[in-house]
Amino acid sequence: MSQMTAKNEPSTFVKNVKRLVNDFGLPRLIILTLFILLFVMAGIYDMNLPSFFGDVLRRWGMWGILVLAMVPGIQSGIGPNFGVTVGIVGGLVGAVLSINMNHAGVFDFVTNPALHTIVLALVAIAIGLALAIPMGILYGMLLNRVKGSEMAVSVYVGFSVVNLFNILWATFPVTASILILPATGRGLRQMVNLRDDFGGAFDEPLRFAIGDMTIRPGLLIVFFLACFLMYLFTRSRLGMMMSAAGSNPSYARASGINVEKMRVLGTTISTALGAVGIIIYAQSFGFLQLYLAPLMMGFTVVASVLLGGATVRRARVFDVLLGAFLFNGILTIALPLANTMLPDVPGVPEMLRLIITYGIVLYALSKVKGGR
Amino acid sequence: MNNKVRDFLFENKVVLLFLSITLFAFWASGLSTVVFFSELFTRFGRNTFMVLALLIPVIAGLGLNFGIVVGAMAAQISMFLVILWGGDGVSGIFSVALLATPIAIVLGYLVGRLFNSMKGSEMIGGMVTSLFADGFYQFLFLFVFGGIIPIAYARLMTSTGVGVLNAIDLGDMRQALDNISMFHILNVSFFVMLAFVALLLIYRLVKKQPIKMFGPTGLIKPLVILGFLLIGYILTWTVTPFLLFTYENRLNGVYASRLVAIIISAVQIYHIIRDIRDEKRPGLPIKRFVILGLVAVGFLVTLLPEISNGLAHVRIPVFTYMIIGGLCLFIKWFINTRLGQNMRTIGQDRNVATAAGINVDRTRIIAMIMSTVLAAYGQIIIIQSFGVMTTYGAHMNVGLYAIAALLVGGATVTRASVKHAIIGVLLFHSLFILAPAASTNLMGAALFGEYFRVFAANAVIALALIMHAWKRVKKRKNEKAKATAA
Repeated sequence: MSQMTAKNEPSTFVKNVKRLVNDFGLPRLIILTLFILLFVMAGIYDMNLPSFFGDVLRRWGMWGILVLAMVPGIQSGIGPNFGVTVGIVGGLVGAVLSINMNHAGVFDFVTNPALHTIVLALVAIAIGLALAIPMGILYGMLLNRVKGSEMAVSVYVGFSVVNLFNILWATFPVTASILILPATGRGLRQMVNLRDDFGGAFDEPLRFAIGDMTIRPGLLIVFFLACFLMYLFTRSRLGMMMSAAGSNPSYARASGINVEKMRVLGTTISTALGAVGIIIYAQSFGFLQLYLAPLMMGFTVVASVLLGGATVRRARVFDVLLGAFLFNGILTIALPLANTMLPDVPGVPEMLRLIITYGIVLYALSKVKGGR
Repeated sequence: MNNKVRDFLFENKVVLLFLSITLFAFWASGLSTVVFFSELFTRFGRNTFMVLALLIPVIAGLGLNFGIVVGAMAAQISMFLVILWGGDGVSGIFSVALLATPIAIVLGYLVGRLFNSMKGSEMIGGMVTSLFADGFYQFLFLFVFGGIIPIAYARLMTSTGVGVLNAIDLGDMRQALDNISMFHILNVSFFVMLAFVALLLIYRLVKKQPIKMFGPTGLIKPLVILGFLLIGYILTWTVTPFLLFTYENRLNGVYASRLVAIIISAVQIYHIIRDIRDEKRPGLPIKRFVILGLVAVGFLVTLLPEISNGLAHVRIPVFTYMIIGGLCLFIKWFINTRLGQNMRTIGQDRNVATAAGINVDRTRIIAMIMSTVLAAYGQIIIIQSFGVMTTYGAHMNVGLYAIAALLVGGATVTRASVKHAIIGVLLFHSLFILAPAASTNLMGAALFGEYFRVFAANAVIALALIMHAWKRVKKRKNEKAKATAA
């Protein structure tokens, strides 16, 4: 309801530029301009725009569910869930176990190759959820005890969990040789190739190309379906209750909502989506990245959703769609463009990524104006 | 008594936990004291200054300053420029510090402004700020240097001429601070002290102030210090063995431990005599006798063959340790100045501070500037100790390790002192030295120990943040309960 009133009338767009900047958000305006500028530049440099656009769509779907994980967290009142990495490592464990089972021949009964990859991915998701949901509940209970400092706590809880799992990855008892470091014969590889497992499980089905633009409808369908389900959830009674608990806890409490429970619910859904999201990410990327790879992913997804127009107190599914698209759009085009324009400078896209990611988070933080 | 013991255990739980982990790791590692001590004292000299840079923001209520990374960047920018302009040796290091100061002041001011706009979220803000700043830092080093500002000095640049190399050798600046000999320190400080006393006298004469020997503004203290320095100065020119001893730039651990024992004992005895003479307190000053006893026990411990053998191989960089000691004294002095007291008031309650007429925002910015400048100096000490500057990596983990060390020493988000910093550095870096060796012995690979120590650093920060937030929630609840009861 409050989302509706926050939206401005189109007439103010023409009338008052300052108001527009305020409503739309300065960073979003800058990013949008940058995005269009990059596209124009790419056109001027005669680069393969359709192919880039296909890549943007792919990365959109790749990151989409991880970014979507921010919505329940923010809506339930815990703020941007930097600790989504807790769910991500749960998903990674699921993936590793699923791959290990596959190489032990557990899934040989599924003979259709496309179906085989999908079954593998679904098993990975199932195991990931089985781990992420209890972890999410515990994590949510922890966040209930640290109200007002959720962000700093979630960052360091996320870091701690990722670093703890370093030790686990190095001792993980698996048998599949594709998982194990060949040099020492013990511990998992930094990167596991998913070619023989669930790589492309959702990307490959229905894939087609228009000219140079490859479109992966399977990936996008999964992403949009998740977004649609999240939209339905936020509109449901439970979702409304959760949002109320987040936006006005004392009012919610007065109307009989168990605020603490709602916050745990939001955190758990967020963590669970982290587990699902990393499997979708990995199957599209083609590799499973272990060890320190998920460390900063929390920041990336928080930045994406903020870029889409969310604040640390309110996030909509639309913010996820827009944010993930803009963020990945810029980074996808920046890399080849920088390589053409500035062949001597290797790190331009990385700098851009750092400045955009952390700049947008910093901007959002400075807008909070200390709650107490 | 029972309660006291329980309180002590609870108050020092983090320290005790890490102490037991460290002792276990020492036992499991099988390292000799020779290796362990020399490594520990090197790391203490390298890292303590940076940890001390964290104290002022804690006092001012800004929490753990994750923004010290920005100070480290200021140091690295200056280091690069000084190497580029041909700085060398000790003068080179001092030029770096001189150049880093204004850069750190500007950056500290900006971070302070930013933190004022996000009161209550300074810690997460500091984390994000350091990562954000890293983007611009990379832009500067990868693109501006060589890409926009042409740089002809090929030793520092990548093969394309655009962008700075990832590892820069410091040449003669390597350990330049660590290598300043005691002879030079003694000589320079003698003349500095002489000049100071002379200037003090001239100042008093010009201002027509009375020249007193005793009392708070008396000349006795500077004169006594000058006297000691003079004795040292004369000794270096007359007694050859003493000259040879001071001509070394490192102090043997055995001598250092004895020197420390003598200094502590002398200070305590001086206080005991003064207390008895002034009859300030009735009875004997038991606490001071206990300290004397502890020093005696400590001294006896150093005579154990294992320990004394270890200490004999320790080479303490005298000048670096003196800077650290100086900073400790400075912070202790600063807390009791007017500005320091204002910071403490703000740290306890911003509303009270505002009511008392303190300019909260300005004072917080000053705290951030001080911390950032000190962090820049701390990073200079770290880099010169390594002898190589890792252009794109040296600053990144500085915040994590410094903050973890401070917390391991028993500090919290709202309370931190010099004591916490020193204990913390000793314990945390002991773990850093021992963990890989211990895991090699226990699990067959050093890797686990390396993972464990990074995990421990992160976990101790997570724990401190959780405890802090928890207390804050409880306090708020109590206040609410009181308000409704009243």
